[in-house]
Amino acid sequence: MSAEAAVLASLALPLLGAFLIALAGRISANIREAATMLTATGLALIVWSLVPLVMAGERPQVSVAEVLPGIELAFAVEPLGMLFAALASMLWIVNSLYSIGYMRGNDEANQTRFYVLFAVSLGTTIGVAFAANLFTLFLFYEALTLSTYPLVAHKGDQRSVASARVYLVVLLSTSIVLFLPAIIWTYMAAGSGEFTLGGVLAGKLEGAGVGLLLLLFVFGIGKAAVMPVHLWLPAAMVAPTPVSALLHAVAVVKAGVFAITKVVIYIFGVQHLLDAFVADLLVAAAAFTIIAASIVALRQENLKRLLAYSTVAQLSYVVMAIALLTPLAGIGAAAHIVAHAFGKITLFFAAGAIYTAARKTELHELRGIGRRMPVTMSAFTIGALSMIGIPPTGGFISKWYILAGAYQADNMLALLTIIASTLLNAAYLLPIIYMAWFAHDETFEARAHGEAPWPAVLALTLTAALTLGFFVFHSAVLALARQLLPGF
Amino acid sequence: MLAPHLPMLQVVVPLLMAPFVVLLRPRGLAWAAATMASLMAFAIAIVLALSVVGDATLTYRVGGWMAPYGIELRVDAFGALLLLVITGASSMALLGGQRSLERALPPTREPYYFSAWLLALTGFVGIAVSADAFNIFVFMEVSSLASYVLIAGGPDRRALSAVFKYLIMGTVGATFYLVGIGLVYMMTGTLNLADMAGRIEAVADTRPMIVAAGFITVGLALKAAIFPLHIWLPNAYAYAPHVTTAFLAACATKVALYVLLRFDFLILQQHLSGHAFQFAGYLMPLAVLGILVGSGVAMFERDLKRLLAFSSVAQIGYMLLGASLVSVSGLHAAILHMFNHALAKGGLFLAVAAFAAVTSGWRLEQIGGIARTMPWTFAAFVVCGLSLIGVPGTAGFLSKWYLVTAALEHGALGIALVCVILLSSLMAVAYVWRMVESACFAPDFDAETDADSTPNRDFAAFSHLLPTILWIVALANLYFGLANALPLELAKSAARTLLGGLP
Repeated sequence: MSAEAAVLASLALPLLGAFLIALAGRISANIREAATMLTATGLALIVWSLVPLVMAGERPQVSVAEVLPGIELAFAVEPLGMLFAALASMLWIVNSLYSIGYMRGNDEANQTRFYVLFAVSLGTTIGVAFAANLFTLFLFYEALTLSTYPLVAHKGDQRSVASARVYLVVLLSTSIVLFLPAIIWTYMAAGSGEFTLGGVLAGKLEGAGVGLLLLLFVFGIGKAAVMPVHLWLPAAMVAPTPVSALLHAVAVVKAGVFAITKVVIYIFGVQHLLDAFVADLLVAAAAFTIIAASIVALRQENLKRLLAYSTVAQLSYVVMAIALLTPLAGIGAAAHIVAHAFGKITLFFAAGAIYTAARKTELHELRGIGRRMPVTMSAFTIGALSMIGIPPTGGFISKWYILAGAYQADNMLALLTIIASTLLNAAYLLPIIYMAWFAHDETFEARAHGEAPWPAVLALTLTAALTLGFFVFHSAVLALARQLLPGF
Repeated sequence: MLAPHLPMLQVVVPLLMAPFVVLLRPRGLAWAAATMASLMAFAIAIVLALSVVGDATLTYRVGGWMAPYGIELRVDAFGALLLLVITGASSMALLGGQRSLERALPPTREPYYFSAWLLALTGFVGIAVSADAFNIFVFMEVSSLASYVLIAGGPDRRALSAVFKYLIMGTVGATFYLVGIGLVYMMTGTLNLADMAGRIEAVADTRPMIVAAGFITVGLALKAAIFPLHIWLPNAYAYAPHVTTAFLAACATKVALYVLLRFDFLILQQHLSGHAFQFAGYLMPLAVLGILVGSGVAMFERDLKRLLAFSSVAQIGYMLLGASLVSVSGLHAAILHMFNHALAKGGLFLAVAAFAAVTSGWRLEQIGGIARTMPWTFAAFVVCGLSLIGVPGTAGFLSKWYLVTAALEHGALGIALVCVILLSSLMAVAYVWRMVESACFAPDFDAETDADSTPNRDFAAFSHLLPTILWIVALANLYFGLANALPLELAKSAARTLLGGLP
């Protein structure tokens, strides 16, 4: 298969898979799940087949249609998009495994719809990753919002419908009111929205306009959850846990920070932003988000909401890293997209496993749960350590590079923020671990429970292993990230 | 051999079929004949559209008499685009609407209804191809009288009072238009539009001409339901048979807007000093108000058809806003939006027809849970709804994109207008999503009201043709959102023609 065909296939396969899953859902649940696993595996194989090419410096490009004069629906694979697509497609396999355990363990309704929409969401995520210009990115960005909406509202009760409404309203209104004007402005100012190394705006837009446009992008890309447009993320936690795990810890939120990173590197151009002295605005916004979200997380009682606020903070790490505009921080941003994905998906898997096995969602209910669910809580511990950035976990690697980047940029604000947030992370995550392992178990014998169904446990073991593995085996990710350096 | 006569055939086919249809008594025959005529007209419109791509204009002299003495028909890009909308909407509504109409009409009334439908179609296409101000008036009356029958033809008695309001206001509008033409005729001695444009120079800026411009613009604004002259529209749309609404919502107001734009730009704009300022100064605020008020009311409306009708008021505002920028890009956006809005709104009203076939009504709570009962129809409904909002990848996005870029050419005013457009997009999200939420998550209304009869949603009146047609429309919304070369080219050429005078 040629590289171009692989790009198109990676976009079409999830949709085809969605169709097959819908058909298989009418026959039997086992065939349906097999279709999901097959689609996920196929997608991962196709996406990963592109990795060696991109590492070798190739940039496969496909143009599908010219939608507006000079604006095409087109795809191009560059290192960052490759990284994102490879990450999402790989985790989809693990997540599908987990979904089987979770959805069956909880007897969820409308499972076929769930798997179908999951496949569609993944397809649109790949579209975001491979988009060659702002228009294509925007198209798939909106499609991702719309295809994940029914997943958030999955339960269909009043609470989840109301939360899903918040989800939709925040994401759509930020994208319509801020992101779209920013895109149109870019096209009008630069005459192009192609992602070009070095940016397209240099010499076309100067002065205060640069700062304003940057802010439009950052707050318009609501999926990156920079405060105050983060409100949709806690609201999205009403979704079934597999959705929170893959979509709201990896695909959707990373699509946000990914889009911001692309805009900074390929639309503004790092040098142009450095010349315009506006990136500090972004560092400040991200720093505020990191600290504020961590403080809010301290006060959460519900495990999934706590994890959501932790995600808000961690996303801003990436935003801040890219706003530092130094090569090392750029590598750190790319590495953090991966490291946080592994860690956070593990944490969500664990939270979902606890809910499936014990129906527990609140922090105070977790006393002594480590003795009943040792595998799950070990994975949770690894994920938490990665969030804080303690070796030997993946989080340490990315934090190291971001810190190094902050030194390189000589940015005290960023340095202090990272240090403070590390302490805060420890403050809200370590008590959970302590409680789970060392507190007295108050569960009555009658409500005794063990681990969650084996597919869920297997899935979270795998992601915990990935979190640990990333500490050692991260050279490929760094090599991909280094390909971005000519942009700096 | 037939090709040179196509502009004439466009009018003649439905016109000749109309009296014939009255004679077809057996059930279904009248429908079949009307649908055939409509499809034929659609085919002619497609051929015409393809032949005027690239700034070509087709003229046809009826009976071989030279203009301005004889009657002239003229199809340019703008007319061809409108013909596509009119005949396409008519064909899709007829094809999908058979069962829905069977339920709405008593068998004896059916032939008359379809005859009136063809007359309305004749009137609309007649307006689109006429090159003569008085013929436009005649066709306008034909289409209006026929539409009154189409609206009042259904079982809902409230339609009678709605149509009476429409009749009064429509007549006032037509009379205003006639008074305007009379004045122009008095001053120029011609009714042929091209001829008029040539002769107007000599009498420009005389008081009768200025009065005529006012009469014509206001009269057509009434017909086009431009805010605040829209009050006839919501009830007329809401109480008409669903299929009528789908047809009229897609094209009726756009035809009036077409005449308005042709008159104001081809004839008045070039020759009346300060016309651009007058036109923009009066119509832009009305457009903005229409957009905001229409969307605002739609957000709180609970009757699905009234909700969509108020959304139409807002969408007409978009078209007018584009036109009131008095620039090629603005007109281009306005004309493109005529096409795209017809796709979206026609599809939405057809979907309502499909819902109403199985539910007890079409208020928001009554379509509760319809997504579970009719997932495919609902999915098509969502696609058309997304196009109405203007989500990228749908046709509606492109017209919004062009409208925003056109507005941005106007500096600070443009930025304010962009804010209005974006705000109203958000409102569109709100009202579309109220329908979606209700359809997905609200309890099944009919199941709760009569608990005994278990299969309470009755699929007897539901044919599978309707979802198929709906999906064709929904896919057209997606197709023209990605590959829109034809409407784009036509709209661009139409905008150039309008601002550049006659070619």
